[in-house]
Amino acid sequence: MFVLVVGGGKVGYYLAKELIENGHEVVLMEKDRARADQIADEIGSIVVAHDGCEGKYLGEAGCARADIVTAVTGDDEDNLVICQMAKHHFDVRRTIARVNNPKNEDLFRHLGVDEIISPTRMILGSIEQDIPVHELLHLAALGEGELEIIEAQLQDGSPAVGRAAGDLTMPEGCSLFAVIRNGVATPLRPDMTLRVGDKVIAIGPSECETLLHRQLIGDDPEAVAPGR
Amino acid sequence: MKIVIVGCGRVGAVLAEAYDAAGHEVIVVDLSTRAFDRLPGEFRGSAVRGDGTDEDTLRRAGAEGADAFLALTEGDNRNVMATQVATEKLGIEQVLAKINDPVRAAAYAELGIATICRTTMLADAVSGFLGLPPSGIPSMIAARGGHHAGRGHEPLTSAGASGGASAGIAGTEGAGVSAGGEG
Repeated sequence: MFVLVVGGGKVGYYLAKELIENGHEVVLMEKDRARADQIADEIGSIVVAHDGCEGKYLGEAGCARADIVTAVTGDDEDNLVICQMAKHHFDVRRTIARVNNPKNEDLFRHLGVDEIISPTRMILGSIEQDIPVHELLHLAALGEGELEIIEAQLQDGSPAVGRAAGDLTMPEGCSLFAVIRNGVATPLRPDMTLRVGDKVIAIGPSECETLLHRQLIGDDPEAVAPGR
Repeated sequence: MKIVIVGCGRVGAVLAEAYDAAGHEVIVVDLSTRAFDRLPGEFRGSAVRGDGTDEDTLRRAGAEGADAFLALTEGDNRNVMATQVATEKLGIEQVLAKINDPVRAAAYAELGIATICRTTMLADAVSGFLGLPPSGIPSMIAARGGHHAGRGHEPLTSAGASGGASAGIAGTEGAGVSAGGEG
């Protein structure tokens, strides 16, 4: 596979290195010449010392025949433009962008970036998992982020407590598939009665969060979207 | 008109001053407060320090409901991203991005963003001065049709903008303004 990596910071450097070790063809673009030379000394002449945001240089680096373009500079706006140019101007099939501001994630997705990696979001997610919040907890995003795996710990006052799982009205496209009770994970059967302390794991589109919240946590419009 | 200008450089400041003097509501956004020194003392619009590519900053600055949004910073990509936030998140229909890389300018015009390219504009002006033919590349490229994200999605704006944001950047449709066109 031919991968074009734009941005020669730590992420770009290690990414290029690993990809080469795995037998892929790699070109790395880094606009700072000194940094580009340093990387070339270490991993070989795969470095193009030009700005990957500039259409001309993207073309010269072989963008048009790249299988994947991955934009990992430290600036969101640069990463967005690199991916959009790759996608719309060079018809690259798959583009991956690093995003620092989590608020930019849906914008990038909407504007055609295929995959979004957000270190900020990942760290936020890890922290959320350690805090005993009485809210919905985002465990993972699937696909291009349309689907999420969400955990809800049932508290006193949750409308779901004492009811059979099958009796709950679930938002469309959303399903409860497991429950963690006393540290043991089991598939959630429709006849299982939910108890306080149960951690219910749901999968569904991110839009159904409000409804899910109402069913599992209770009405609280203030706290519908943790981590947003 | 309510006009948002991101980037208070020379061009941004000149326009802010002119539009303000003409009685328009002007909001200028720049990362540096020093840039606002370029604005005249009698400027009545608002000058907001912040990142013009950040949705929250733009909302705080009062950019919602603007009639026009001009991204004129020194960074092509910042301008591109700011205008896309303006159309997609704020539902502003008339947006213009300064993009000095002609390749990028043309590519974004294809995506429906009106772009202005100083590089070709200056080059053509110089050629015009020398009496030589212009480059033939339009320095102001009007958006063709509405801004599309490549997937045919509706804009991300929740309220308003029901008819699809930026459908036909008004007034610039098909107008290839060629610089240096004095003679």
